[in-house]
Amino acid sequence: MADSLAQTASDHGPADPSRRDFITIAATTATVGAVAAVAWPLIDQLNPAADTLALASIEYDLSKVALGQEVTIAWRKQPVFIRHRTPKEIAEAVADDHAPMKDPATDASRTKPGHEQWLIVLASCTHLGCVPTFAQGEYGGWLCPCHGSVYDTAARIRKGPAPKNLYLPDYTFLSDTKVKIG
Amino acid sequence: MSGPSTYEPKSAIERWLDSRLPIIRFGADLMSFPTPRNLNYWYTFGGILTFCLGVQIVTGIVLAMHYDPSGAGAFISVEQHIMRDVNYGWLIRGLHANGASMFFLAVYLHILRGIYYGSYKAPREVLWLLGCVIYVLMMMTAFMGYVLPWGQMSFWGAKVITNLLGAFPVIGKPITTLLWGGFAVDDPTLNRFFSLHYLLPFVIAAVVGLHIWALHVPGNNNPTGVNVKSKEDTLAFHPYYTVKDGFAITVFMIMFALFVFYLPESFVKTDNYIPANPLVTPAHIVPEWYLLPFYAILRAIPDKLTGVLALAGAIVMVFLLPWLDRSKVRSMRYRPTARIYFFFWILACLALGWCGGQEPQGHVIPGLIGPTFIDYDINSVTWLSRIGAIYYFTYFLIITPLLGMLEKPLPVPDSLYTPVLGHGAAAPAGAVAAPEKEG
Repeated sequence: MADSLAQTASDHGPADPSRRDFITIAATTATVGAVAAVAWPLIDQLNPAADTLALASIEYDLSKVALGQEVTIAWRKQPVFIRHRTPKEIAEAVADDHAPMKDPATDASRTKPGHEQWLIVLASCTHLGCVPTFAQGEYGGWLCPCHGSVYDTAARIRKGPAPKNLYLPDYTFLSDTKVKIG
Repeated sequence: MSGPSTYEPKSAIERWLDSRLPIIRFGADLMSFPTPRNLNYWYTFGGILTFCLGVQIVTGIVLAMHYDPSGAGAFISVEQHIMRDVNYGWLIRGLHANGASMFFLAVYLHILRGIYYGSYKAPREVLWLLGCVIYVLMMMTAFMGYVLPWGQMSFWGAKVITNLLGAFPVIGKPITTLLWGGFAVDDPTLNRFFSLHYLLPFVIAAVVGLHIWALHVPGNNNPTGVNVKSKEDTLAFHPYYTVKDGFAITVFMIMFALFVFYLPESFVKTDNYIPANPLVTPAHIVPEWYLLPFYAILRAIPDKLTGVLALAGAIVMVFLLPWLDRSKVRSMRYRPTARIYFFFWILACLALGWCGGQEPQGHVIPGLIGPTFIDYDINSVTWLSRIGAIYYFTYFLIITPLLGMLEKPLPVPDSLYTPVLGHGAAAPAGAVAAPEKEG
């Protein structure tokens, strides 16, 4: 259409082609910009809303978890394991620190110094998000029931399709018995 | 091929309307559409699928009137309110839930028919691609519908499938957060799935319109794969194929009713009668039967991203079929070698479907323990899935293109009329249509 307009203009006398080009480019740019400006709110509304984001951090009283026990709590609607590890579990995890792994990590990097007995990880298998089951699989840790990923006692991936160790949430110890997640 | 319109407006009002909105002409031309006279019952699934889409839309609109798309209310609104309290709610939901399985059963037979008779070949490639688009839209719609009752299977199915997109590096995580509307599958996810589950069937209906349009440009393929050459090769769509399709739809409805009234729970996993619990995954989660082969391909591969790409690739193969198959002969009636590999491909799909429903470590032959190879016992479900997946891709990427070049097909009849009348009998020029011999 721009061509035919330009054609008409030249038929009726001298026209500056660069002015036509300018109008075409300006109109196209404005249209693309306008479409993007309308599209972005329609896409971004899908992202977490302010009230969802407001649930960002929680505190948990660790004295409720006995040695060798594990609790699953919800943080940002995601399951989180808080595991009170036995000395045997910690020893097994440390002993495997340099074993071949998909996502190598030392046991110390999975916990906070001075609180090695507390393993706090997101309870979502890094494969497709199922909640793994403890005390199954050959590494003394977790087995994911969905596709058979096996994690050790430091929740490191040892076998199966999951690509990563169970993720560590951001957390800090407020005291020896109180932890803040998020 | 559709030729000039034969519609003659009979009354003054029809003439008046015809020059303003020729909608009666449009309908009349659809009904008189010249259709190959040798279409068999495998060609009735188009009509059956239209019926299925209609059933899903009508029952779905009714169910939406009684459904509550919130995490707290969804399960109760389905299992108690609709199933027990709403008048005939059990029937309408039974039709809708079983209807999804009927829809997929019909679409798989429709696709297999298309592959067997070479209906994807020139000039019907766009028709085939539109069909593939409908199939993908159907899978998306069915998946989101399965989430709506918000039972354990619904919830964990939603989590696993949306996590598939998380396999992509960098963009994976933001995309899953965007899909969920939170940090996990939750109320916002359920709400948007409900919205899209209501929308997509109408998108499907629109693409079905394009699919039928694309069908009416070259006209139907037929079991011989031979092009229609003269008017004697065809019959009017109505009454010949309206009656044939109508009969097939009736038979299909009998089977459909058998499930709705006598086996209404046969496609339901018991875990879906437990309300969604984000902290506990059911011990054994499986998708609906119609997605099991793809699920088996996903699990067959020990790497997450490769598994997801293989799953997507399995669907892409179907889209590419018109360009992978270079054989000049359309119908596998005249391609005895291709036919054998095709039947093995169906077998591979069924085996993958079976594997998808089993535990990955389970044994194929009970009690037999074989050596372990790449993480799994070679007698395991995972290894059968791997073999099935390898054959699936080999069929599309190697066997099909090679057969197009190497296979020596059987002689193809000169016209689709010849096999109808029996061997050797050519259609007499200008023969009167003999519908009683149509078959």
